[in-house]
Amino acid sequence: MLLLTAGPAAHAPAIDPGDTAWLLAATALVLLMTPGLALFYGGMVRSKSVLNMFMMSFVSIALVTVVWLVAGYTLAFGPDAGGAGLIGDLSHLGMHGVGPHDVTGHVPTPLFAAFELSFAVITAALISGAVADRARFGAWTAFVVLWTLAVYVPVAHWVFAPGGWVTARLHALDYAGGTVVEVCSGASGLALAMVLGPRIGFRKEAMRPHNLPLVLLGAGLLWFGWFGFNAGSALAADGIAASAFLNTQAAGCAGLLGWLVVEKRRDGHATTLGAASGSVAGLVAITPSCGSVDLLGAVAVGLAAGVVCSYAVSWKFRWGVDDSLDVVGVHMVGGVIGTVLIGLLATRTMTGGARGLLYGGGLGQLWRQAVAVAAVGAYAFAVTYGIGRALERAVGFRASEEEERTGLDLTLHAETAYDHGVLTHGTAHGALHAGHPGAVRPAPPAPDRSPFA
Amino acid sequence: MKLVIAVVKPHKLDDVKTALQERGVQGLTVTEASGYGRQRGHTEVYRGAEYRVDLVPKARIEVLVEDAEADAVVDAVVEAARTGRIGDGKVWTLPVDTAVRVRTGERGPDAL
Repeated sequence: MLLLTAGPAAHAPAIDPGDTAWLLAATALVLLMTPGLALFYGGMVRSKSVLNMFMMSFVSIALVTVVWLVAGYTLAFGPDAGGAGLIGDLSHLGMHGVGPHDVTGHVPTPLFAAFELSFAVITAALISGAVADRARFGAWTAFVVLWTLAVYVPVAHWVFAPGGWVTARLHALDYAGGTVVEVCSGASGLALAMVLGPRIGFRKEAMRPHNLPLVLLGAGLLWFGWFGFNAGSALAADGIAASAFLNTQAAGCAGLLGWLVVEKRRDGHATTLGAASGSVAGLVAITPSCGSVDLLGAVAVGLAAGVVCSYAVSWKFRWGVDDSLDVVGVHMVGGVIGTVLIGLLATRTMTGGARGLLYGGGLGQLWRQAVAVAAVGAYAFAVTYGIGRALERAVGFRASEEEERTGLDLTLHAETAYDHGVLTHGTAHGALHAGHPGAVRPAPPAPDRSPFA
Repeated sequence: MKLVIAVVKPHKLDDVKTALQERGVQGLTVTEASGYGRQRGHTEVYRGAEYRVDLVPKARIEVLVEDAEADAVVDAVVEAARTGRIGDGKVWTLPVDTAVRVRTGERGPDAL
């Protein structure tokens, strides 16, 4: 086997088997996060739109993969076009020139491309939480394609590509995507929620999650996948990967506990949704910082996110923006906290150079982190708002009132997740509205061969 | 005959059923219902936001009884369903023209 792969590329940089093995596993872990997100989000919506919620995540897996392989990868990770660190060139269009003998760092380039693809997939899917229960499915698919190319790909180049301006010029630190994934999805979710407007009944009805066990199962899968996300971002099986792994666990736990303590004191109950949201908030915040803070820093980052995000999720009621499943309150706020706290808590042991304010690094790193967050947030918000507006005008993004009230599962997908009660057995709820898009055609009269006749 | 209808707190359903069985009531129908009375629902806090909940979950119990039994059955339900707090519900009766047992075709009080 070694001879086979080493032959034609004898002078190319060597593939490290240990790094490669870990990154293969890490990539699969991250790919599991999007189905996990579908569960997490699906449980949080009302029972009439749960399938639509799942579909927005699952179709993102397929769409973003296609977009990534055609043009996304080369625009994000191809050689810098123009040298300004803004976008990659088209030299790897259609994955041209990415084969088994090409190496990025110490791993095969196809694996690196797949690992980065898994990040693009979940970032797009994350946005769907901000527009739950009211987005038309066709418009969502168009949005995912446009958004990946116009928002995700450039931002990934800025931050993750070697020549990207955030990394190479600003020297801001973002280990696993606090800006690229969390701030980006959060700011985009905010923009899209503003374009679509609030759900009917927002601020009047509680719209409680219809299935909290699904939410917790989804949060568990996200947590599990997050080890691939953060420790995989080392792109190596080394000590930093191991520290990032432990930091991830510490921050997730601190976030969970922080959220529950606030909830218990404020509302009187520690809720399961709070446990799920708190752990995710902690994990979000440690994403940028897992490779630059020590264990104490990780606990501080997770705790800060758990506490602040538990308040942030209620800001939407004051602002009147229906960020339905708290993409802004958890991912944007958590991403900002985690990215900015690097400026306070980064240690030289982890970064190999940069230090945070509390470790004698001065204000420089804090400033760089703030600029990175502001740039990514503003860009993602503005471009997403433009795409959302254009799609609303061109094809109609917001579902009709009847579709929304009946539920998107039946009206957009002609299915329902649950079959409740004896009277509706075998028939979708409300499917008897004549001419309804989800209407089931009346069955032909069955021949009477019942044994009970 | 009379139809006794009771809308009570769901967690008092078992007590009401037991009380009716002790009074010799042969059958009843229970439906999950929601509604409000003078208390106009209540407010609840979830995820840091306060909501007004108009329609509170209730159990709706229907019992067919002979005229002579009606008052005693109503009293039994009221006594079993009372907690003394708001939202305990309501009980009322309606006159019933006829009743038929589907299996046998018996009519009137024989069908009860």
